Amino acid sequence: MATLAVSEERKNYINAEYGIRSWLFTTDHKRIALLYLLSITAFFFIGGFAALLIRLELLTPAGDLLSADAYNKAFTMHGQVMVFFFLIPSIPAVLGNFLIPIMIGAKDLAFPRINLISWYIYIIAGILYIHCLVTGGVDTGWTFYPTFSTQFSNTKVIEAGLAIFISGFSSILTGLNFVVTVHRMRAPGMTWSRLPLFVWSHYATSIIMLLGTPVIAITLVLVVLERALNLGIFDPTRGGDPVLFQHLFWFYSHPAVYIMILPSMAVISEIVPCFSRKRVFGYNFVAISSIAIAAIGFVVWAHHMFVAGISLYSAIVFSFLSFLVAVPSAVKVFNWTATMYKGSVSFSTPMLYAFGFIGLFTIGGLTGLFLATLGVDVHVHDTYFVIAHFHYVMVGGAVMGYLGGMHFWWPKISGKMYPEGWGRLAALIVFIGFNLTFFPQFILGYLGMPRRYWQYPPEYQVLNVLSTAGATILAVGYLLPMVYLLWSLRYGKPAEDNPWKATGLEWTTSSPPPTFNFDETPVVTQEAYDYENMPLPEEVTLER
Amino acid sequence: MFDNFPLWPAAASSHAFWEDTLYIFLAVVCVVMTLLIFTVVAVFATKYRRRHGREATQIEGSLLLEIGWTVIPLGIMMVMFVGGAVLYFHMRTPPRDAAEVYVVAKQWMWKLQHTEGQSEINELHVPVGRDVRLIMTSQDVIHSFYVPAFRVKMDVVPGRYTTMWFRPIKAGTYHLFCAQYCGTMHSGMIGQVVVMEPNDYQAWMSGGPVAGSLAQNGQALFQQLGCSTCHRFDVQGRGPNLVGLFGKPVQLEDGRTVIADEDYVRESIVNSQAKVVSGFKPIMPIFQGQVSDEQLNALVAYVKSLSQAPAGQAGTPALAPAGTQPQSTK
Repeated sequence: MATLAVSEERKNYINAEYGIRSWLFTTDHKRIALLYLLSITAFFFIGGFAALLIRLELLTPAGDLLSADAYNKAFTMHGQVMVFFFLIPSIPAVLGNFLIPIMIGAKDLAFPRINLISWYIYIIAGILYIHCLVTGGVDTGWTFYPTFSTQFSNTKVIEAGLAIFISGFSSILTGLNFVVTVHRMRAPGMTWSRLPLFVWSHYATSIIMLLGTPVIAITLVLVVLERALNLGIFDPTRGGDPVLFQHLFWFYSHPAVYIMILPSMAVISEIVPCFSRKRVFGYNFVAISSIAIAAIGFVVWAHHMFVAGISLYSAIVFSFLSFLVAVPSAVKVFNWTATMYKGSVSFSTPMLYAFGFIGLFTIGGLTGLFLATLGVDVHVHDTYFVIAHFHYVMVGGAVMGYLGGMHFWWPKISGKMYPEGWGRLAALIVFIGFNLTFFPQFILGYLGMPRRYWQYPPEYQVLNVLSTAGATILAVGYLLPMVYLLWSLRYGKPAEDNPWKATGLEWTTSSPPPTFNFDETPVVTQEAYDYENMPLPEEVTLER
Repeated sequence: MFDNFPLWPAAASSHAFWEDTLYIFLAVVCVVMTLLIFTVVAVFATKYRRRHGREATQIEGSLLLEIGWTVIPLGIMMVMFVGGAVLYFHMRTPPRDAAEVYVVAKQWMWKLQHTEGQSEINELHVPVGRDVRLIMTSQDVIHSFYVPAFRVKMDVVPGRYTTMWFRPIKAGTYHLFCAQYCGTMHSGMIGQVVVMEPNDYQAWMSGGPVAGSLAQNGQALFQQLGCSTCHRFDVQGRGPNLVGLFGKPVQLEDGRTVIADEDYVRESIVNSQAKVVSGFKPIMPIFQGQVSDEQLNALVAYVKSLSQAPAGQAGTPALAPAGTQPQSTK
């Protein structure tokens, strides 16, 4: 490393201290965010590897590449890793961790040490889960349904359950930290109505984490106890009820979908105003809709159980409530779209991801209506239609938002600009690859192909081949940013403090920010998204 | 058209038309909405593309628009909700005279018992035009009985009955899938539903040896297990008289009232202490683990038959209206 350059560099959170200890014992929210970034990226590749195995197996109708058991373990690993070790921590623990204190003008989160503990808990859970994988894995599906998980599976259910149980505490503590921070740490003048929508959305997410996660923790403990001690909570031959598990599981796991998507909506609510040079359309409605999603999201869980044998009338009530939760999501999409009206729209990489998000989330959300519609759900439930739907939301939505956010704040996080041309190309590849992967699955689902099938009737092959082809393209789209973002760390142009000329306190401090974020505590006098008084950025040019 | 590349599933039950209609309605709404949003995004993005010398116009928002795009989608969704709920209600309300088939699922096969006595494995034969009701339970984990061509699916849960019904309208052979992940050979737990013309079905029914109807088997078990010593057909039994019981409300010892459906009868056999009838003592032994699911089905079918025939002829299968039912009695 060029020592001369370093001595001239401004002090920031990255060069403030050196050495592995300065990272592992840091309480700086920005450094912890980077620790999370590294660890969730590792899990993304583990989960992605499992996805690769699944798609390769499904190239042919016969079960030929993997054994049936290996296939069942592959999709279980894919689901559990992606949900619990990638998507749930992704945006909140990386971008939220990094940005929330800066956005509200604070030096750090309310509980910096608890923040570090959250990461350690996550890592302990992660190591336990990986240990479980390499010593045999688990084949229950990410949903752990008894009585299969409690009595019939011969795999490491207890270990996987404990790993996810432990990871839940990481999530609870992060949620707690965010809630307290937003309540107690706002800079002078940062009123609730001036909060960036990013913070509002994370606030809603944190509430779900706090209230929902304990329920999945309890549920998994019950599975572990039943398996270890033969308790008979879910075993009907001893008076238990296997359907009870599904109620408990989905009471968390449906809101968990909003833990994954709300932070993405948070990112989009920042990107769209910035690249339209406009204040966000209907700020109050976008903010309140986040809270509405979190609230209504808690009372729709049984729409996962319309064919599980629940009573006719409770199914009707849950169907009605599920339609209600679609409304605030729709309101957000309309408001983002309206934000562009009479704006000055630029097609920079983060905005391309935002377009992608709006498109894919719209499809993901609308196809959710099919599943809320009782009579239709009976047919498409547990088929590839459901798989396609939730990947549109959780990958098309959540991951597009994550990538958009990574690009948008990359200059702030790393102090370097990424190559714009590669960025746009990758966004396009991800969008095309994604649709090719998952759109055929809607058709497969309506044709009746059940999910979690290792072998399938030959008439489903063409659509499966299309899907696998799309997944290959998607993989390229995901690898590209990995490569050029790393490349930019060394070769990228140094970033200005505010390369996008965006509003928001994070852009008023240096890139990367100093350890305590601001030299002086900022005083907020403006509402968020005051783009009227913000100059246009120099048009980001494509590098040739 | 393309054997290898179908784009629409076969529609072989009376539910399929309504299911497909509702699905197409939803699909049209969704395509229109998606196109609308894509178009508006595309138009805004190009029309208001960043140009030199033109600034964005700041707009606060619009209450009218917010109300509009809250209420209108909600209205459209309520149409979907009602449509879906009506169809679901219909799917979960079996016609009274439906033929009944008992289903026992286990890792990884389907066992089907016709009330006439035939049993099948991984295959279900049904006639065109006849309402069929499945009474299903699982021996181990949760499975799900799914026939895409009929657009019906219902989880099959251990320890209880779930039911579903359909009316096949087109002869043919259709996939039967297990739709709920159930372990190693989940994807091998498939079979077929063979829908036959009534005459072919009659022929199929009369072929093959049958050792009495399900209810007759149940009656034999009823004697063999000693049920008949307490459940007598008069008022002096130590257990409730089962004649005419099925489908009626039952007053329980703890004050509750339950309907004596298949699930109640089943529960009362495997776990007799769960819901004790008012006026009786909890003296019945627990049969959990003593009788197989197939035997339970036979016992339930027998108890049902006691309510659908005159008391004197208890045991004779009269489970469906005459004429549509092939004769299997001697």
